Amino acid sequence: MSLKSFLKAKLVSKELNQQLDKIDKPVGSLGYDPWGFNTDTNKIVLSLFSGIYHKYFRVEPKGIENVPDSGPVLIIANHSGQLPIDGTLIGYALANRKKSPRLPRAMIERFFPTVPFLGNFLNQVGAVLGDPDNCAKMLENGEAIVAFPEGIRGSGKLYKDRYQLQRFGNGFVHLAMKHNTPIIPVGVVGCEETIPAFANIKPLAKLLGIPYVPVALPFVLPAKVILNFGEPIHFSNEDLTEEQVTRRVEKVKSAINGLISKGLEEREGIFQ
Amino acid sequence: MSEKQKKTPKNTKKVKKTVLVTGAAGALSQQIINRLRDTYQIVAVDFRKLTFHSDDIPSYKIDFNKRGFEDLFKQYDFDSVIHLGRISSSEETRMSRYNANVLGTQKLLDLSHKYGINNVIVLSTYHVYGASPYNPALIDETAPLKAAELTMDLVDSVELENLANIYLWRYPDLNITILRPCNIVGPGVKNTISSLLSSKYAPTLVGFSPIMQFIHIDDMADAITLAHKKRIRGVYNVAPSDWISYQDALTHCGCTEIPIPSIPPVLPKLITGLLDLKMFPTYLINYFKYPVVINAKTFNDTFGFKAKRPLKEILRTYKEMKE
Repeated sequence: MSLKSFLKAKLVSKELNQQLDKIDKPVGSLGYDPWGFNTDTNKIVLSLFSGIYHKYFRVEPKGIENVPDSGPVLIIANHSGQLPIDGTLIGYALANRKKSPRLPRAMIERFFPTVPFLGNFLNQVGAVLGDPDNCAKMLENGEAIVAFPEGIRGSGKLYKDRYQLQRFGNGFVHLAMKHNTPIIPVGVVGCEETIPAFANIKPLAKLLGIPYVPVALPFVLPAKVILNFGEPIHFSNEDLTEEQVTRRVEKVKSAINGLISKGLEEREGIFQ
Repeated sequence: MSEKQKKTPKNTKKVKKTVLVTGAAGALSQQIINRLRDTYQIVAVDFRKLTFHSDDIPSYKIDFNKRGFEDLFKQYDFDSVIHLGRISSSEETRMSRYNANVLGTQKLLDLSHKYGINNVIVLSTYHVYGASPYNPALIDETAPLKAAELTMDLVDSVELENLANIYLWRYPDLNITILRPCNIVGPGVKNTISSLLSSKYAPTLVGFSPIMQFIHIDDMADAITLAHKKRIRGVYNVAPSDWISYQDALTHCGCTEIPIPSIPPVLPKLITGLLDLKMFPTYLINYFKYPVVINAKTFNDTFGFKAKRPLKEILRTYKEMKE
């Protein structure tokens, strides 16, 4: 018995196995898809992540029914917390949804595939290099995609800048228009407080060839996380100037800002 | 009257069309010959060694760059060419590979044009796309060929492709079909990946296990035969719709992994360079680090092709070979 089969037998509960088997994933005969997603690894990781999601971060997903039951969809959220915890929590929330669960694919920064173990691990649990070709092919496959248009500008920002949205890239609106895909805005509250960073050691980051080296506590704080999923936004496929596309991006950004404010109002305390 | 017609002996009535198959010493050529021999007259050539197929199949060891090569075109009335004679990047020196793969192919295409051949199949490789951390999955045929940018040892593969592409557009009558297959594996295949899957111990780069595609030699032979039959020019990826990570593939094949440190990037290059491992050459290291997953939809749709051999079975054969 391989290590993966052993871990799956030991860790994956019957309920979770059944829940995840409900999700139709286009994988090959040995459980892999072209982007490296692996059904067994995904089940093992989601099993391990269950306690972190429910007990550590006590995640409250709200409006998750706004994500369509099937077909292509772009789930666009604010990015924070130094590590890709926010994407993992959104992914788990959708996989754990009672009615029509989905396994969304997170678009990750171009830096991750170069990191030993982490790059392969992220691919096996469904994360994909944030490349327009990848995104387009996945939308054609009817996948749900989680993307953070702020990129490292969002995840690497300092604690003093928390909940201030950084510049959004325009790529996701182009893809939504081209592939006639709805956008679900998501306001993530809580991840800013999981790894508060007080400074960024830029020279060290440059030396190591990584986007940032935060000065932060060496552990992840158990902040309560609220995920507010907004109503779908549809953009018609028109021949627009980049300025007009940016206006559409601003519309999504404004929706996310509203959802963040809602989450901050709903939160009773950082750790409550 | 074309030159080809002029060269056909007047008193010779052709019963079968004639196919020139290059790279005749390889396992893939043998498969192609077996599939075509009943319908076509085969002429087999190889620039590495002379191989015997059967009494009715003339076989030659010949350098394409020598003048004598043209004599074959004068002697036989070729209708089509299946060019599989590519020296793989694990063989010979860089210069001899360039001479054989690039200049040899140019000579072959020039002669094909001169003698009015209207069906040419050129076997390329997915290596031409290059292994980069920024590769998207399901690479289409229109993607840039970045292999040469990453290593000089793959220049001949990219150049061969560029050359075939130029002839494809300059001489549409040649009907050139360029096939870019994923890893070809199976009995008798002696390329890098097949050697690794066959061996008891196989190197891996610590922390990296790229997604790979494997096509069985029989399926590849079917694909080439189909392309030869349908004669639709263009460039096509060829791969089954199934995927597995390199390390999982090794496990399925019963290989024991030999981990090689992967960072800093210079370290694995230094180690493999010092060890001079034929089956894990330094210039192919990136292919064991980053995925190069190709999209074969265009070939499947255009030619109605579907690989038949299941991936599990392909890998199990390698395991059984070790038992």
